[in-house]
Amino acid sequence: MECFTMRVFALASLSALVLAAAPLAAQTYPSATDPRNNLKPGLHDAGIAIQGMRLITTAPKPPAFDSIRGLTFVNSDLAFRGNLVYQGNFAGFVIYDVSNPERPQILSTVECITSQGDPSIVGNLLFVSAEGAGNRNDCAKGGVQDPADHMAGVRIYDVSNPRAPRLVKNVQTCKGSHTHTVIPHPTDRGTIYIYVSGSQGARPETELAGCRNGADPADETNSLYRLDVIKVPLARPQDAEVVTGARIFTGLGPAPARGGRARPVRAAAGADSAEMAQMRMNGPRNCHDVTAYPAMNLLAGACSSYGILVDISNPEKPVRLDAVADTNFSLWHTAVFSNDGKKVVFTDEWGGGTSPNCQAQHPLEMGGNTTLMIGADRRLTQHAYFKIPTAQTPQENCVSHNGGLIPVPGRDIMVQGWYQGGVNVIDFTDPDKPFEIAFFDRGPVDAAPVEGQARGRGAIAGSWGAYWYNGLIYSAEMARGLDILELLPSEHLSANELAAAKLVMMEEYNPQSQPKLEWPAAFPVARSFLDQLARGNALPAARLAELASAIDAAERMTGTARRGALTNIVTSLRRDLEGSSDAARVRGLADALRGLAMATN
Amino acid sequence: MMHFSQDDADRRPRRARTALLAVTALLLLLGACAGRGSAIATPAASTTAAGAPPSQGEDAHAGHDADAHAGHVMHDLPPVTLPAGSLVTEADVRFMQMMIGHHAQAVYMTRLAEHAGASDRVLKLAQKIDLSQAGEIALMQGWLVDYGQHAPDTDSWRRMSMPGMLTAAQLEQLSAARGRDFDRLFLRLMIAHHEGAIQMVADLLKSPRAGQEVDINVLANEIEAAQLAEIELMWQMLAELR
Repeated sequence: MECFTMRVFALASLSALVLAAAPLAAQTYPSATDPRNNLKPGLHDAGIAIQGMRLITTAPKPPAFDSIRGLTFVNSDLAFRGNLVYQGNFAGFVIYDVSNPERPQILSTVECITSQGDPSIVGNLLFVSAEGAGNRNDCAKGGVQDPADHMAGVRIYDVSNPRAPRLVKNVQTCKGSHTHTVIPHPTDRGTIYIYVSGSQGARPETELAGCRNGADPADETNSLYRLDVIKVPLARPQDAEVVTGARIFTGLGPAPARGGRARPVRAAAGADSAEMAQMRMNGPRNCHDVTAYPAMNLLAGACSSYGILVDISNPEKPVRLDAVADTNFSLWHTAVFSNDGKKVVFTDEWGGGTSPNCQAQHPLEMGGNTTLMIGADRRLTQHAYFKIPTAQTPQENCVSHNGGLIPVPGRDIMVQGWYQGGVNVIDFTDPDKPFEIAFFDRGPVDAAPVEGQARGRGAIAGSWGAYWYNGLIYSAEMARGLDILELLPSEHLSANELAAAKLVMMEEYNPQSQPKLEWPAAFPVARSFLDQLARGNALPAARLAELASAIDAAERMTGTARRGALTNIVTSLRRDLEGSSDAARVRGLADALRGLAMATN
Repeated sequence: MMHFSQDDADRRPRRARTALLAVTALLLLLGACAGRGSAIATPAASTTAAGAPPSQGEDAHAGHDADAHAGHVMHDLPPVTLPAGSLVTEADVRFMQMMIGHHAQAVYMTRLAEHAGASDRVLKLAQKIDLSQAGEIALMQGWLVDYGQHAPDTDSWRRMSMPGMLTAAQLEQLSAARGRDFDRLFLRLMIAHHEGAIQMVADLLKSPRAGQEVDINVLANEIEAAQLAEIELMWQMLAELR
């Protein structure tokens, strides 16, 4: 590696430090003493730093994908249904049975060149994103010899028999599918929409009819400035087709600096052609990834230079509500909503995921997360940055990537993958002070290069995405397989909060289509709020002890006695509302106890 | 972790603004390449005139017509030999080799900002481009090594001509510019430079069977996406400068 690649712009870095001290920064970054720094390299024997969780097992990749050089066989994203985990790979996908999380079983390995292979599951149908120029309709290796064989769009598999998936249809799209997002039909349960984010320009019309690159975002024939929308009749997936384009970019200009609002600018001297300059003046023309929150009719689009909030009440005619820019971010990458829909965390995939952008010289505000509030007016306000506080090595591709919520009642907690920066769990309840509560990280796959020796590309590895599903954390390790982790109680997370999170069970989970979390009536849910009131010193210690023993006593009772006891506690909580610095959690506790009372026969 | 040396930090030029205590630590953290015997030029270590690229006329950042550019591609790279049936094409290899040079000139440009009295915002952008493209250079060099191809170094841009590259005259102009003039010129030239990179991606994808190997495909898409977003940002910054 050239020396130059290791040198960094000293003065600009100084300036970055000064800017990083602005109000959006809330954490110590980077930390020279973080246990994730300087871990031993290795593929299967790398050093591990872990806190607040334990690694249950790593299910290795199937032999067909067992290569670590470059991206050809890396794992991509995950989808979940029942006891099955669907793991995408740039060369196909794997279905794991995780009924016994200590011994995941591979039910099938489908070899099909499909970079990047992000999956979604809906019933018996598996949808897989295809973008690469070498993807073929017939899935085979060897590249595309005839453009008519090129597959870029969404592959649909019937996985009703998970041991024998069957390719039903390749839905071609003009820009291919980097990622995609399942959106339910507002009324018809037999129909879904798939929003397709294609990050490339349109394919030539000679390859796929009707595809066209143009400068006018409102032009219905222009393949750019739209998300392709596929409509899928679930009973007849062979009829799935692109029905419209979600034109959510029209009217945006080039991204302004943080806090600024978009405004059109005019092309000026230096533009090479009027059309090209106009295209640059229009702002983004596609998203990397969009996260839908169907229960709230919202969608958060991570779209090049903007984070965009969209109303999807009518999925065929989405309406942009707001767009924010922060030019510290290179590529707005993906989003996670808080369960109440009042916050959203966006990630920045600076460097595209293959660059080692978590080293000490890489600024906090580049390649991490940012937390935004969604106001009652459905406008976005940016609050803080968060980035893993480690100083990773030049051998570790690292940047903020995919994650999802952990269902702890009363708090906003997410788990997230950072490629070779590992997996971590972040509390963003206070949008100004996101903080880390647990992590898992391995050393790099590759050792540092030997002085003077030519160095190859090295392994691209790490967590593509990490998600909580039915009580455990699943992380798609690009090179090493599927990591299954268990979150543990810690100073930041009580046993009750963890027990409450484990009560939330889903039948199906596609992280890009965020489900509304609902907790059953259960004592751990009530005690979670009590633990949070204690942690925040929101009620006097004596009162907290009184409430704890009253709840314990109620749990020991049955029937009407229990119902009466619970109702009495709820009534008594009315006077705590005024005295507490955290009325919301007092209400949360009261609601949980009321729910328990109602559930008591 | 990389190893850093005080030696190298001390070689770096100082300015009044760097007198802060933090700087010593920063330079220690950031400045090193001692012991590698590398002669990689940065603006601080060499004069730009001596390292000027071949002149390519004033159209260097103009009219991105693939055919017009075809005649302008000059380099002294060795011939490409690939095994029969390789998914990688000659165009892929050339793209990676040339893009190393293209990125290296961009990094060179960003380091001029360090001494040009650029605004904080331009410095920040320059830093982002520096870190981004320096990282990608390493990836491209690694890819070429993996495929047994010649991997140009970060000085190679002086012997290459590609869309969007600054001419010797433009480089001199940029080196001499200060303050607001630097900001304006830097943005204009970097927009053209980025447009050139996007043109190189488009040219790659037009070549028969090129861009199909996954690493090159992902990298080409990433370069296009990142630089499109930065062009947009630079237009906005330019508009705000006026």
